[in-house]
This record gives sequence, structure tokens and C-alpha cells, in this order.
Amino acid sequence: MKVLKLILKNALRHKLRTSLTILGITIAVIAFGLLRTVVTVWDSSVDAASAKRLITRQAVSFIFTLPYSYKEKIINVPGVQTVSFANWFGGVYKDKNNFFARMAVDVETIFDVMPEFLISPEELAAFKKERNSCVIGSEIAKQYNIKVGDQMTLEGDIYPGRWDFIVRGIYRPQNKNTDATQMLFHWQYVDERMKIETPVRAGNVGWYIVAIKDPNKAAVISDQIDALFKNSAAETKTETEKAFTQGFVSSSGAIITAMNCMSFMIIGIIMLVLANTMIMAARERTREYAVFKTLGFSTYHLTGLILGESLLISFFGGGIGIALTYPIVAAFEQAIPKGFFPFFFIEPKTTIMALSAAILIGIFAAIFPIQRTLKTKIVEGFRFVG
Amino acid sequence: MTELIQVDNVSKSYWRDSFEIPVLSNLSLSVKKGEFMALMGPSGSGKTTLLNLIAGIDKPTSGKVIVAGTEISNLGESALAKWRANNIGFVFQFYNLIPVLTAFENVELPLLLTKLSKADRKKHVETVLNIVGLGSHIQHYPKQLSGGQEQRVAIARAVVTDPVLLVADEPTGDLDKNSADEILTLLERLNKEFNKTIMMVTHDPHAAERARSVRHLEKGDLVGA
Repeated sequence: MKVLKLILKNALRHKLRTSLTILGITIAVIAFGLLRTVVTVWDSSVDAASAKRLITRQAVSFIFTLPYSYKEKIINVPGVQTVSFANWFGGVYKDKNNFFARMAVDVETIFDVMPEFLISPEELAAFKKERNSCVIGSEIAKQYNIKVGDQMTLEGDIYPGRWDFIVRGIYRPQNKNTDATQMLFHWQYVDERMKIETPVRAGNVGWYIVAIKDPNKAAVISDQIDALFKNSAAETKTETEKAFTQGFVSSSGAIITAMNCMSFMIIGIIMLVLANTMIMAARERTREYAVFKTLGFSTYHLTGLILGESLLISFFGGGIGIALTYPIVAAFEQAIPKGFFPFFFIEPKTTIMALSAAILIGIFAAIFPIQRTLKTKIVEGFRFVG
Repeated sequence: MTELIQVDNVSKSYWRDSFEIPVLSNLSLSVKKGEFMALMGPSGSGKTTLLNLIAGIDKPTSGKVIVAGTEISNLGESALAKWRANNIGFVFQFYNLIPVLTAFENVELPLLLTKLSKADRKKHVETVLNIVGLGSHIQHYPKQLSGGQEQRVAIARAVVTDPVLLVADEPTGDLDKNSADEILTLLERLNKEFNKTIMMVTHDPHAAERARSVRHLEKGDLVGA
């Protein structure tokens, strides 16, 4: 208890210096938490991918379409359970900043292959029945205050013109990793209009979503599907949903890697800042540590005093940082374009990492002053002039 | 009186870069229990070095130092730290109190290494602070005390564990005449009333007069009786 009191008193000797160091650690932990949250949210879209789904896309790039006619061929591949498809629609809902995925889908099968999108049977039936209807994720409904029966109008860009939809259902996410920010509507609705306005674009889908019975046979089934369309005008590339998502995400890989590196560099920098504070503190107290040694305090005691002070500062800074990270991440979520991230939350892993980083900072920062203090002989300590 | 300190053929050299600087050479000295000895000599004569060797905060280059029956020149750092805690009380020229601790807490420091209960520690600390005349200043921080008072707190810290030997390095060197007198009177009292063996290094002949015996060091050798 006495030692703790002494540690506290030592830490508060230079209040300004200690406060600035704590502030530095706090800011570093917040930056670390924020950057890690972005990185983990990005990665979690890959983690959320189902192992029982394959994505068949155009072999050259997923921006090119595939013929609708492929569906019948894919369904006949052994091991394939259901085949659905989707098409990236794009468009603008009210404002360009209102970003969320809008997709023309196969309404008959999409909810079969995406069981993590939870929708009531009544709403699903209504959705299937009406050609210009749509289903939206609960996050979209909440964010834009949209109810079943409301109209949603999109201004098309990839598919130009005004597109009116009636909301017939709101799906809920199965878990926190499920994207609840999508708008789904009839592919036929879009295709029929294409047939009239731009016939050359009709009859195409963006990618096929293939539900398979056995995830262990994903590679074999993928090869079989791709073999079906070899040497055709639109060759396919089939891969697991995870690989597909990874490929999609990897286009931003350099930024994510940079953010990842930055988050750890911040921790490294603040380690040096605290180490500097602790070295200065230990240097100023060289004579005092000599007194402690003279009185019979052991290596263990002195190590405890210095390490304790370093950990106290880093814990305090880390604690405040972690506590502030939550509201700051929430504010960040509000500030970024809606739907930019399907979900945005601090993973427990991030909090644990931030706390571990704070502990690590405390330990690292104490190493050099401890080493110096223990190495300094008592007589040298008394001769020391700071 | 039995011998408490025995210094046998002790030499001590320091190294500055590649130069050896001899400080003490084949010095022998014995001090009896209950003695109050003043060590005098010019700067650089080795007084403080000898005191440090006897107090176990430095080790001789050669020779033996035996204090209270223990050959401390052979002890390892950890054993020496324990030995110091149990046997030696230190008084320094510049008091060396811990500035963030009160007088009470400074005096209590050596007792934290003992198994005494909190209540017992309190009793001991209050007793010694009363002996040094600072019973009413226990919650004062060093910066709230005068130099003489600080040195009295340092003396209280030195004697609170009831050590067999009290070593004082220029205890009046940083004090005015009145404060110095008070400190010397206190040391005398500790020697006479509490039978503390005291070794005091001093430049000041007036301070040395208060000791029971005086030894002179010159260029690392003891001179005179």
C-alpha cells in the first residue's frame, strides 16, 4: 500500500509532464482503436462470407456481366443446391452521399442463398409478387426512416433514368457481421426496361451466387462450373464467397495495410514518448534511488517502483483512451457517408489489443530506466548531478 | 567495549577511463562498540570512501571489512542490501530525504522492509521523531522544513530501525552554526543515552571536538592516534 502511494506520488511529481504523457497515450490509444476498427470492419466483411456459397463471375473482371442463360447450366452441376444472381445497380437515392448497395436480384432465390438476411414469409411473398417492389435492410430503414409501403426512387447512373420502387419488406441481419444496408429489387424489373431502352444490355446478370451442399467440394464444383463456359464469349471464374470478397477488398488492400502499419507505429511512437518520460524521471531521481538502495531496498523494490509508475501512467492513458474510443468511433460512424461500411463497431479484440498495447507501452518504457537505475552504483548515485 | 568495526589492510582504487586512482592503501582501523569517532582530513583523503566501505555501500579493492561480526566485503549485492537495512543508519550531508514523502513517511521508509505492523511502525516513527524534537512536524514535507529540521528527520530515519552503527557523512556540512550545534548535540545524545556507535566524517574541527575520538586521514592513510 505504501509502495503504491509512493508510486502515485512519484507519478504526480511533474504534473504537467505526466498529464501530457497521459494525454499522448490517450490520443495514441484512440487513434489505434479507430484505425484498428476500420481495419477489422473491413476484414470482417471477408470473415462474414459463407463457406457454403460460391460466386461465379466474369473471368476477366467482376465489372463485366454474364448471360442470364448460365443459370440453368450451373444448377445442373453436381453438388449445387441453389443458384441465384445479382447485379450491381448503383444509382443515387436522394443524395450522392447516401451510399448503400442497391442490387437487382433474382427474387425467387436470393433469400434462399442468403439465409442470414431474415425476412418474414409475408413480406417475402409480397416482394416476390410485385415487380417494382424492393426489400431493404433494417439499417437502411432506420437511417432513412423508411417503412413498408413507402416509395423509394433511385436516379440511375449505370442504368439511367428514374426508378421507382415500393418497399415491401425489411430484412434483419442474422448477426452483427451481417450487412443490413442493402436494397434488393427485381432483376426482371430492370431487365424488362433494358430490353426496351438498351436491348444490348438485356439478359445479363452481374454474378451468380451458388449455394453448395458440401463446402469441402467447393474447389471441385468451381472447376466444374468454369469448365462449362470455357472458350465461350463470357468465360467464368468461380471462387468461394470469401475469396471473392477478399479480391474485392484487396483493391483497397494498400490503404488497409497502411492503416494497419500506422496503428502499430502510433503505439511504437508513444512507447518512445513514455520511455523518454520515464528515463527523465529516473535520471532526476538518481540520488533518491541511491538512498533507497542505501536503506536496503532491493533490486525488486526499485524495479517495482519504476515499473509501477510507468504502468500507472500507461494504464491511466490507456484507460481514458479506451473509454473515449467508443464515443469517438460512434461519432466517426456518424460522420462517414452512410452505408460506406455495412457495420461499424469496436470489436472486443480491438479493446483487448489497445489494453495490451497500453501494458506493453508501460513495460517497455520502464526497461531502460530500470536497467540504468540498477546498474548505477550507490556511490555513483550520490555523486550524480542531474 | 568490544570491537564493532574491523578494517584490515583495505585498499580501494577507482578507475577513470583507463586510469587507476588509488584512494585508500592498506588501511587498518578498528572501532569499538559505543564509540563516537570523527574522521577528519582534507578533500580527497578518502574519508567518505572509508565510511562507504564500513557502511557496505561500496566494496574494497582488497582487504577485509568486518562489521558486527560479518565480513561485509564478501557479501553479494542482495545480501549486502539486507545487511545494511538491519545494521546501518545513514546520515548524509544533504539530508537526502524523499521530497514527495512527509517527515513521517521518510522516517517510516526503512521500516517498510521489516515485518512490523502498521501500528508498530507508527509507534516507532513517532518515538524517534519525538527524540529528534520533531514530534509536531510529522506531516511536514521536506520543503516545509529548515535545513536543521531536515537533518533531524534524516537522523530519525537513520536510527528508527535501531541499527548497530550510525554513519554520518558531513552531517553539519550544509547547516548554519546553530543548526549544526543542534545536530551534533543530537548525535552526542544518541551516542551517550542510546549507546549508538557513530562514525562521522567531517571537515569541521568544532564538529570533530564533539566526538569521543578523532582520526585523521591523509592521502589514503590514517595518521596520528
